[in-house]
Amino acid sequence: MKKLLLSTSLFTALTTSVIADEVNIYSFRQPFLIDPILAKFTEQTGIKVNLLFAKDGLVERIKREGVLSPADIVLTADFNRLMALNEAQLTQAVDSKVLNENIPSYYRDTNNQWFALSTRVRNIYSSSERVGPVPNITYQDLATPAFKGKVCMRSGKHPYNVSLIASMIAHDGEANTKTWLEGLKANLARKPQGNDRAQVKAVKDGVCDYALGNNYYLGKMLEDPKQVSWAEAVSINFPNQKTTGSHVNATGVVLVKYAPNKNNAIKLMEFLSTDAAQQMYAEGNYEYPVKEGVQPSKLVASWGTFTADKLPLSDLAKYHATAIKLLDEVKFDL
Amino acid sequence: MKLNLTSNIYKLLPLAVTTLLFVPILALVISAFSIDDSGSFTHLIDTVLMDYSINTLLLIVAVICFSFIFAMPVAWFIACCDFPGRTILQWALMLPLALPPYIVAIVYTDLLDYSGPVQQLLRSMMGWQQMSDYYFPDIRTLFGAAVILSLALYPYLYLLLRGAFLGQSGGLFQAARSLGLSPVQAFFRVSLPLSRSALAVGISLIAMETLGDFATVNYFAVSTLTTAVYDTWLQLGSLTTAAKISSLMLLILVILISLENYSRRKQKIYQRSGATYTELRFKLTGWKKWSVMGYAWLLLFCAFILPLAILCYYAWHYFAESLTDELWRYTQNSFYLAMIVATIALIIALVVNFYQRLSPGFAAKSCIRLSSLGYAVPGTVVAIAVLIPFTKVDLWLNELLVNYGFSQIGLFFSGSLFILVVGYLVRFSAIAVGSIDSSLAQVSPSLDQASRSLGQSAAQTIRRINLPLIRKGMLTAFILVLIEAMKELPTALLLRPFNFETLATYVYQFVSDEMIEYAALPALLIVLMGLLPFIIVNRLLEKSS
Repeated sequence: MKKLLLSTSLFTALTTSVIADEVNIYSFRQPFLIDPILAKFTEQTGIKVNLLFAKDGLVERIKREGVLSPADIVLTADFNRLMALNEAQLTQAVDSKVLNENIPSYYRDTNNQWFALSTRVRNIYSSSERVGPVPNITYQDLATPAFKGKVCMRSGKHPYNVSLIASMIAHDGEANTKTWLEGLKANLARKPQGNDRAQVKAVKDGVCDYALGNNYYLGKMLEDPKQVSWAEAVSINFPNQKTTGSHVNATGVVLVKYAPNKNNAIKLMEFLSTDAAQQMYAEGNYEYPVKEGVQPSKLVASWGTFTADKLPLSDLAKYHATAIKLLDEVKFDL
Repeated sequence: MKLNLTSNIYKLLPLAVTTLLFVPILALVISAFSIDDSGSFTHLIDTVLMDYSINTLLLIVAVICFSFIFAMPVAWFIACCDFPGRTILQWALMLPLALPPYIVAIVYTDLLDYSGPVQQLLRSMMGWQQMSDYYFPDIRTLFGAAVILSLALYPYLYLLLRGAFLGQSGGLFQAARSLGLSPVQAFFRVSLPLSRSALAVGISLIAMETLGDFATVNYFAVSTLTTAVYDTWLQLGSLTTAAKISSLMLLILVILISLENYSRRKQKIYQRSGATYTELRFKLTGWKKWSVMGYAWLLLFCAFILPLAILCYYAWHYFAESLTDELWRYTQNSFYLAMIVATIALIIALVVNFYQRLSPGFAAKSCIRLSSLGYAVPGTVVAIAVLIPFTKVDLWLNELLVNYGFSQIGLFFSGSLFILVVGYLVRFSAIAVGSIDSSLAQVSPSLDQASRSLGQSAAQTIRRINLPLIRKGMLTAFILVLIEAMKELPTALLLRPFNFETLATYVYQFVSDEMIEYAALPALLIVLMGLLPFIIVNRLLEKSS
């Protein structure tokens, strides 16, 4: 029995963390994006960070693990996941003065169940060579006959696009959004495929003249020796400046309901909202920091200021399911 | 008493392993029947389910056809003919198995899309300016996905068919020839029908793998039923609908496999002693020799040499960036995990197959079928399916401990490597079960009967007669599972414990952002770690024969 218990505890020690100075993260964000920030946190606090990255299924895993889940916090790459965790009642409120001071109220839940950490804009890229900058372009334009055969985008089902469509539903209503989706589908130069970088590449190749893509990819591509020529082939436009404002999505963090290392988790959440971490989001990932006073990177700032869509973030989640259903109805990806 | 115990173990063990592999699938099927108020299933039926089903069916049929076209000729020529390079090709044609299909997909897309070197060259040679000036087939289509999957999967069929052709008694073929059939006629009327069991196992492995694939079809923007499972589950949060679709996929698969089995229920083929093709290989000459060699080498080039060369090129150019301290640790993780999984899968395969051999019947047949089902389920779904029962067990176990005054032990099963191993087993045992099944099928029961009538027990017969005769099949099963486990991504991604990376999960974080260059070195390691054991085993086999 003693032997069994010993081996049991060894086994557990290997797998779950019961040691005090740790914090466990389930992350939808790729490790190479957040590792530098987490390393800084460990350096400052001595708290070890354990990371588990996956793009799908983490919410389901936490749900299954229930009270025994080792997850303390979840980092998401889009806003809807935050809401999904919240709706599944897998989060708990964090009452932190630091978080409340650092994160504007628009970017956190009224009940402190979730906190946004950085934002990104869904831009429309246009070919510098064939089109040039189009400052007045709107998302709605992409579905008009003038754009026939000129638009590229990734799968409509990708969270970034679903969020955009959800925002359209919130502004224009379901019926209009469906018509818009049909028009957009008819205008696509090719079936939705690849990721946001691939769309910029397609513009460079002359496959299409316009592409939907998040702003930070442009920064990332300018860093990459192979992709820099793709990035240089496009102009970045902030859509709907004269109407609703550009669609903005947020990355964020929640404290898991049964977090075993709650104190450390809150320390980490607070750290992520500080100037130092927010600066790293801005410089390293070309995202927009949520904390007021922290400047975006020089490159991002050079793209100009813009008006963001002021739609409550929770509306994006509200119309998420409708957005997916519309995508199916118009067979967008098929 | 002792007899009782052993006979009980021999009956209980197969049931136990089948339960282990089937319970997660069962949990999935059960959740398909729970109440779902999201209405997402009816929504799917109203909208895209038909398109997804047709795509799935087309894809499976296309992959089977292409794999057959790739595998069948080379399997036969290598088993039955002699030509220069045959001994190298014999094992080299297996190599594509070590390449993860999604990597091959990315490599070929880079190569063949508009800005890839092939079209660039064409443009500069022909003076074309833009896309509309010429036609070039789009690789990101169902057709493209089918070709790439076939290039990655044909080795299964090749391996099984080659084994079957080798095992067939050459006398039958000779008899057919002497009765006036041409070699081609004799092949289609004697050799191929005799290989039906291997053909069936190979095709069902390929069909299951295709059904379970998500990464490749997703990359090629082909929407299949797996897409529907992902959408409903991970986007709409409806486990019930996702489980319904998965169950539907499984049902179709079970029906197809049962039909095939039923249609050859009276067919029994065993290997006989006497001349095999080994002594009767045709020596190919002239244009026949050249075309056979050309076909085999072209296949090997497209399926393995070219993608590998491109990976090497990337790895070389990004070597400094990719060579990280952790790489060696991830390699070890991947390799040990794969070894453990392959060993257990082999044991499971032996247990259920010998159960079937010793007491054939419904129970044994069910064990074989049920333990193989997980192969057709997409990795992410397997992962959640495995979590369902084992998190329950963990919660229950902790409660029990607390009730008896002990402290909680946390997620003992579902938070450790244990669940990762089970996830892999659910997914890959089918490969081992299938390989053992097909090699055991060729060992005539009269050998068993002779052994038993000479006073040997069932266990002695297995040990002294059967196991030595299927040694090759066992090694094959082991290696195939090992290679699959090296490549496996979605199950690992979702079930791995903290800070545990495999090469595949490490590759994924780059590949998912289309940064194949950074992923090339670890991807090469996946291939290498899969191939080393394969080559070693092959050398051993060649020496012993």
